[in-house]
Amino acid sequence: MAALKVTTSFVYLSNSHTHSRKSTLSRKRFTPMAATLTTTTVGLAETFTRLKKQGKMALIPCILAGDPDLSTTAKALKLLDSCGSDIIELGIPFCDPLGDGPVIQAASARSLARGTNFNAILSMLKDVVPQISCPISLFTYYNPIHKRGVENFMSTIRDVGIHGLMVPDIPLEETESLRKEAIKKKIEMVLFTVSIFLTFFFTGPTTPKDRMKAIAEASQGFVYLVSSVGVTGARTSVSDRVQTLINEIKESTTKAVAVGFGISKPEHVQQVAGWGADGVIIGSAAVKILGEAKSPQEGLRELEKFIKSLRFALP
Amino acid sequence: MAVATGSSSCCKLAKPCAFTTSNSSQSPFKLKKFTASPAKSTSIRCTIARDPVVPMEAKKESDPAPWQRPDVFGRFGRFGGKFVPETLMYALSELESALHKLADDRDFQEELSGILRDYVGRETPLYFAERLTEHYRRPNGGGPHIYLKREDLNHTGAHKINNAVGQALLAKRLGKTRIIAETGAGQHGVATATVCARFGLQCIVYMGAQDMERQALNVFRMRLLGAEVRAVHSGTATLKDATSEAIRDWVTNVETTHYILGSVAGPHPYPMMVRDFHAVIGKETRRQALEKWGGKPDVLIACVGGGSNAMGLFHEFVNDKDVRLIGVEAAGFGLDSGKHAATLSKGEVGVLHGALSYLLQDEDGQIIEPHSISAGLDYPGVGPEHSFLKDEGRAEYYNVTDDEALEAFKRSSRLEGIIPALETAHALAYLEKLCPTLADGTKVVVNFSGRGDKDVQTAIKYLQV
Repeated sequence: MAALKVTTSFVYLSNSHTHSRKSTLSRKRFTPMAATLTTTTVGLAETFTRLKKQGKMALIPCILAGDPDLSTTAKALKLLDSCGSDIIELGIPFCDPLGDGPVIQAASARSLARGTNFNAILSMLKDVVPQISCPISLFTYYNPIHKRGVENFMSTIRDVGIHGLMVPDIPLEETESLRKEAIKKKIEMVLFTVSIFLTFFFTGPTTPKDRMKAIAEASQGFVYLVSSVGVTGARTSVSDRVQTLINEIKESTTKAVAVGFGISKPEHVQQVAGWGADGVIIGSAAVKILGEAKSPQEGLRELEKFIKSLRFALP
Repeated sequence: MAVATGSSSCCKLAKPCAFTTSNSSQSPFKLKKFTASPAKSTSIRCTIARDPVVPMEAKKESDPAPWQRPDVFGRFGRFGGKFVPETLMYALSELESALHKLADDRDFQEELSGILRDYVGRETPLYFAERLTEHYRRPNGGGPHIYLKREDLNHTGAHKINNAVGQALLAKRLGKTRIIAETGAGQHGVATATVCARFGLQCIVYMGAQDMERQALNVFRMRLLGAEVRAVHSGTATLKDATSEAIRDWVTNVETTHYILGSVAGPHPYPMMVRDFHAVIGKETRRQALEKWGGKPDVLIACVGGGSNAMGLFHEFVNDKDVRLIGVEAAGFGLDSGKHAATLSKGEVGVLHGALSYLLQDEDGQIIEPHSISAGLDYPGVGPEHSFLKDEGRAEYYNVTDDEALEAFKRSSRLEGIIPALETAHALAYLEKLCPTLADGTKVVVNFSGRGDKDVQTAIKYLQV
């Protein structure tokens, strides 16, 4: 499939009630029941706050659970953490990923074919999360959440130490109950805003700017700016619409803005950094490297090289 | 939660999309105006039957008149909604606004009526099936009267074209020149390719690779009509995957492209819009019934895959509580076999392709691959309005197996000289169970949703003729 030209950006929204912290020790965020888990990671918003103070940009790689297999996923999570990732996004495979391009579709299919299921992913996370210093955010379509029950789902992921959640097929209007539960369980729910609105702003009767503002306000952790119209997948270049969008979002919120969809090269990362984004998300590029390698070991090696090259390009 | 939605078109729809009705019976685009009416006293539904048939779920009787179908958020009760990526929200709002405006647009209504009349061949007959009626006649001479609403006589051989024509006209109004569609058996794909040829629009149809093999004739037809047919290899390579791929295309090309969804599924406003384009079926039926026997139908039966032909027939009569609505799904190899598509019987509520509705899913929320001998019913979801009507107890949903459908396929051919689509054969098959329970003289209208020429190759494998 042809690479799409637009990149997506993530807008991080920092919680307005998050105050600066000197230490990185988290206050206990999960219920006492999860006594076995002692995480020292901070959440998404706090991560951005800390990085901003240091004048740094967040690197957010994304991988898909179970591709090529869960034990490689576990190793990859640790690897990404040690290579300088600030937040890691972990995708849950779904049979009908309608927001994803061919790379992540193929990765999801491979993972499901291996028999990856949610409980297995949770087991793996229970084991691995305590060994990881940066926060993890889950990326999943809505049906698996709905099936388990929103409240149950939020508790479950909190219990294994997950900090954030992204759900691509649920627009602002439908997120209310999810956000309520997420807030209760201290899961930061990141919302997506898309560049398409910029085109229509000048031609249409609606006010997309208001919508973007509403999304920015409701998002937690950060705002995920999808820089291009389309599904996930590498693009050849990042549209400079992104720059305008980043500015627009920053006019309406102090929350962090991270850019994603289509970022696959150090040049992209530098461009996005130059436009004032607070973070950059690398999805399909990372998933492809790991999932399509000749062997898991090679995949991990290539992934390490790739992430380090991006880290190097980032302020 | 005070969240300002940027899409003011959503806020403009203070009442659910209600369109004014034009008096012409050909009017294809009629939506009821929803006004709050005082709750009527619940009347008891009088279906005279020797053996009272208990509807599937003994639900409380509630008055359908005040129901919002759908409300401003595209919900039918709790079902429906818009569960799509943010990228599509604007396009959906744009569609909603366009629909709202078109309700009062005489030119649009007249143009659509004209095409339905002269190009599609409407109105379709309501045909008294004499020999089928005789087949169900009891030894004492009594029994129900079977009528067939002949959607098979439309151009392209199925009801699908009603919606394709309406949406193609709408797309032109929106200035979109590129049309995409998904298709299972190929009938909706053929209907879309047909209207795109008629209106000079670029047409791309997504079809599961497996389906392309079983419906090679339809693939050829689509290409002959000028459409590009793209094989979908992901997932199970059938209808649900074709739908996912079409949605991805739309997400990517939303600025230039209109997605002609083929059924009353998907995100709002699709379930409403597709229903409204098919509502002409029910409207004609009401008038024809009045002409033929001076009354209303007592029972309406239609097959249900996504549910478009059923909603097209039912919609007009939802508020007539004395009219029984029966949907028939595909039981494939049987409900206990795990190989069926009986979503409303065996499914659970979830989100697929943009709407909250019943669907066949496993414990992880992954979609289960359905099975039916008829590709058009082989869908693991169902339109949200059907989920709503089921839960309200307003409509009843049953199912028949592949074998029962094949029997009905033969029966209709032998007794009436009309070869039904395998999908339609499911509705006909249910008559076997239903008719013995109906009182003498009960007027039954079966939505004959399509003709079966496309299915002869499949039937040859199973039937000895």
